Amino acid sequence: MDLETLSRLQFALTAAFHYVFPPLSIGLGILLVTMEGWYLCTRDRVYLSLTRFWAKIFGLIFALGVATGIVLEFQFGTNWSTYSRFVGDVFGSALAAEGIFAFFLESGFLAVVLFGWERVSPAFHFLATVLVALGAHLSAVWIIVANSWQQTPAGYHLVETATGRRAEITDFWELVFNPSSLDRLTHALLGAWMAGAFLVVSVSAWYLLKRRHLEPSKKSLRLGLVLAALSSVLQLLSGHGSASGVAVNQPAKLAAFEGHYPASEPAELYLFGWVDEASEEVYGPSLPGLLGWMIHGDADAAVTGLRAFPPEDRPPVNLVFQAYHLMVALGLGLIGLALLALLLDLLGTLERHPFILRLLVLSVLGPQIANQVGWMAAEVGRQPWLVQGLLRTSEGFSPTVGSAEVLFSLSLFILVYLLLGALFLHLLFDKIQHGPEPVEVAR
Amino acid sequence: MSVDLNLVWYVLVGLLFAGYAVLDGFDLGVGGLHLFSKKDEERRLQLNAIGPVWDGNEVWLVTGGGALFAAFPEVYATAFSGFYLAFMLLLFALITRAVAIEFRSKKAAPAWRTVWDIAFSLASALAALLLGVALGNVLRGLPLDAKHEFIGTFLGLLNPYALLVGCQVLALLALHGGCYLVLKTEGPLQAAIRVRCGRILAGFILVHVLTTVTTFLTLPHLTIELLDDPIFLLLTVSSVLLVASIPRAMGRGEDLRAFLSTSALILCLLGLVGYALFPSMLPSDPSPEFSLTAYNAASSSKTLGIMLLVAAVGMPLVLAYTGCIYRIFRGKVRLDSTSY
Repeated sequence: MDLETLSRLQFALTAAFHYVFPPLSIGLGILLVTMEGWYLCTRDRVYLSLTRFWAKIFGLIFALGVATGIVLEFQFGTNWSTYSRFVGDVFGSALAAEGIFAFFLESGFLAVVLFGWERVSPAFHFLATVLVALGAHLSAVWIIVANSWQQTPAGYHLVETATGRRAEITDFWELVFNPSSLDRLTHALLGAWMAGAFLVVSVSAWYLLKRRHLEPSKKSLRLGLVLAALSSVLQLLSGHGSASGVAVNQPAKLAAFEGHYPASEPAELYLFGWVDEASEEVYGPSLPGLLGWMIHGDADAAVTGLRAFPPEDRPPVNLVFQAYHLMVALGLGLIGLALLALLLDLLGTLERHPFILRLLVLSVLGPQIANQVGWMAAEVGRQPWLVQGLLRTSEGFSPTVGSAEVLFSLSLFILVYLLLGALFLHLLFDKIQHGPEPVEVAR
Repeated sequence: MSVDLNLVWYVLVGLLFAGYAVLDGFDLGVGGLHLFSKKDEERRLQLNAIGPVWDGNEVWLVTGGGALFAAFPEVYATAFSGFYLAFMLLLFALITRAVAIEFRSKKAAPAWRTVWDIAFSLASALAALLLGVALGNVLRGLPLDAKHEFIGTFLGLLNPYALLVGCQVLALLALHGGCYLVLKTEGPLQAAIRVRCGRILAGFILVHVLTTVTTFLTLPHLTIELLDDPIFLLLTVSSVLLVASIPRAMGRGEDLRAFLSTSALILCLLGLVGYALFPSMLPSDPSPEFSLTAYNAASSSKTLGIMLLVAAVGMPLVLAYTGCIYRIFRGKVRLDSTSY
């Protein structure tokens, strides 16, 4: 394999593996704040035992997030040095801000959350939990700002330097609030809330099926389902907003999402299908005019298709199409499941539906897969560009690093991450087997 | 009055990496010494001495990397792609360390714990060594071309001088970590660590003198030629006094002073490096005209100005809550139900 492919594979692998963890800590952060806040208001010790239990799981998830995150902070330099020289002036600022505003906050106060139970007052401990959740959210803000700038660059100009062209900031706030930042931030955060919510839902449902830890599990299931239902429904709105933005700002990407080839014609919406990229045909059931209606509010409106772009400017279509459609399908399925389960729970009959409980146990995989394929659609859909319209992926990698070196590091990453993933799951299941412990003495 | 933003950011990035060296330095050192204590309880005490803080300490490296990317993208790009394999090894060491700390306590089986103890200790020592090797190579100068690209090899980075600096850094951080452990422990464990610190000190002074003499002999432009500069002279004399103050403090049982001395020594030595190199960040050898400096490798002054505002808002907050967290976890380490 050539250097570009190897560098891309390594980035994809390390980013994808890392992205298992931060969404869980963002979503779980919200639930930890809720549980501990509820405990402080009601003094119901079940919520204290839930907080302690989920804080331990948060700690495990966070450790993996940190260990795999360091790689990403430096990989722009190690494997994408030409890209780094090109975007450092713009992109580096967001990464540095992430470190200063988010990472210190999150890692510092997590120590208080995990180890400070006996050392600080309950109110201060709660404050620490709030700050950890805030830190997790802030890190998403800055990294999504940086990534969104790659999708829809703004607030910059191009400058010739001694070693080549580069982008420099002209307006910091325009850069931060570039056309896709807010849509994508909302979408990623809701995806993270879903990841955390369905984790709690899944574990709680499993306890109910096993008739263990009944009292705390009923409470955590309710909390989890409320957040799951809320974030899944909001995600539908956010997804629609996001896609409409992509239609305006990155029409080639949207065309790949939907498998729409004609340069400028009314567009059908494929429910699912298969794209034959050689013949530029899509096979699958579709609803005529629906795509145009969703984007422009008019079924007869023309939607820009892939043929409007020269072949060298088009992303891989079938991969993006499949990833995008899987994400949408999972999102819709999760809305249905969360709403149904929440309704049954509110009616008090959820425990009489073991089938639904089993589905809930599996539901933890839904947001995880949706988050992964969603990012795949977003990033592969931006190809062939590394920075949309400005820098091609084929121009961005480190020219001085040898293929053999990247092959070596990539192999090592695969090996180490397989091991880490297995150990993580093993320890997570261990903790879940153990379950929440009743807290005997009120603090 | 116009501010030299490039100089300001040279100093700020230097301070971030210095903060990393002092803070994560002691927990890397604690890791390096980990295996010398044999009992599980002793090892747990050592791990929990750094338990609540090691993670936050590592953030200084991540933020330093981010700041380097933002302020000096050319240096970030050249150094990390140039040091590719060495840097990948450092990353794997840091990953291994992080998960070893987290995983070790999750099972009581002795074999499980021994594996993670070894992983934690070797990874910590390797990380310290590699950071030193990188520093040695920067001091010595790197083969760079006109496009700011590194044109050397991985084996070239493992030259005797860089390895010597690597050993120096490893010894200094082991001593620094030892002094930290003395502060956090008590009783027989503390006594045993004191004895170890004495031996490490002897080893450190040996390799430190050797490195210093070699540096003076082989890199006169960074050393002898600067001796008429009062600030360089002041830093050099301070470093000598600080080295001398460590055995004195240790001999008198002034544990806090010993730890503050190793901390100050790390800052002082990095200060010397930064002062001697300026404005160079990655000096080129053999073609000095291709060196990356705080001026030819920087972002635009607009970006440096914006980043200065970000730092002015963010860093006081960081310092405030770092201080707050060290205060909460002050005193001797005790094991409880939440410990590793």
